[in-house]
Amino acid sequence: MIELFQIAVFQDNLALSFFLGICTFLAVSRRIDTALGLGLALIIVQTITVPLNYLIHNYLLVEGAWAWAGLPEVDLTFLKLISFIGLIAAMVQILEMVLDRYMPTLHRALGIYLPLVTVNCAILGASLFMVERQYNFEQSIVYGLGSGVGWALAIAALAAIRERLSYSNIPKGLQGLGMAFIVTGLMSMGFSAFAGMQI
Amino acid sequence: MAGKFHQITDPVIQNNPITIQILGICSALAVTTSLANALTMSAALTIVLIFSSMSISLIRNHIPSSIRLIVQITIIASLVIVADQFLQAYAFDMSQRLSIFVGLIVTNCLVLGRAESFAIRNPVWPSVLDALGNGLGYSSILIIIGTIRELFGTGNLLGYPIFQTIENGGWYEPLGFMALAPSAFFILGFLVWIIRVFRPEQAENPDYHLRTGNEARR
Repeated sequence: MIELFQIAVFQDNLALSFFLGICTFLAVSRRIDTALGLGLALIIVQTITVPLNYLIHNYLLVEGAWAWAGLPEVDLTFLKLISFIGLIAAMVQILEMVLDRYMPTLHRALGIYLPLVTVNCAILGASLFMVERQYNFEQSIVYGLGSGVGWALAIAALAAIRERLSYSNIPKGLQGLGMAFIVTGLMSMGFSAFAGMQI
Repeated sequence: MAGKFHQITDPVIQNNPITIQILGICSALAVTTSLANALTMSAALTIVLIFSSMSISLIRNHIPSSIRLIVQITIIASLVIVADQFLQAYAFDMSQRLSIFVGLIVTNCLVLGRAESFAIRNPVWPSVLDALGNGLGYSSILIIIGTIRELFGTGNLLGYPIFQTIENGGWYEPLGFMALAPSAFFILGFLVWIIRVFRPEQAENPDYHLRTGNEARR
């Protein structure tokens, strides 16, 4: 379990080794406080949706899931994408309402980042990886949490570097997007050094 | 006709979805380890983009704006399922190699971005042209990165040897680094740099204007 968590955070970091959620990763990493807000939103949503998608996939979609209803040969796995994205959109909406009702300060802190998370490929990607790698229920919880933490860590680190970069003299054409890519590449190299680390 | 032609060529260079609009970068980096992967992904994305823009534009007057996002995502997800199943049926090896990234076209910001910013407000024909142009723009970047990574990473192109590698008695030592994640970031970063050196107007006033920390604090 701890090993799975460590792999999800460092070695298989969603942003740096699978390029998931890179659009938001680059767009929202100008300042560290907004980056932390988005990272927190992503951890929460990820930890909830990956296990829920596991339940949906294994009890509704997988071949033989409808055997109790007398339909043993029904295979609905082709509906995987549409049901996952539907669940993610619904969860984000519900989470937003719950937070607004019970934790208004956190809701204000997350602001617009919560709805943005719906179209972040990291969330859908983690659910699809969960299916592809055939995790069980506990593993899916750990993987959801770990991959969320890893993504948040990466975006917070990039935001910190980019805040410092504003003091440096960068060639005109490289400013902004170009530099962000190269910094991300360097970070990705750093994270690849965690490969094979044992705890 | 000149105006329509412009609509296709514009997003390829002037307003490229990847280097200018920062849309759809995830898949652009992940599937470019070989040129064949990049070509398949480009074709899948362009087709999904064209059909989603067409259908969203067809029903644009009947979608209430409060639920338009969910309608768009449903249309896109259905089209992606068709593309995914098609690949699994006719190119199983390829669909295994692309792994989850075909499925991730659903959340590719490029598809949703074009639907939201163009197709929802324009008639069918211009939307299709706009989708085609953006698909080509996306494909061109993928093909460039895919070519560089496959050529220098393995010495092959589409599986045919271009540089004779040392193992086969040639002279070229393959750069294993090209197959790893960081190289994709570097190549795209340098590509953006090169484009902006030759088109300085993109560096001066980009559409999105990334602010430096100093400006942000003002």
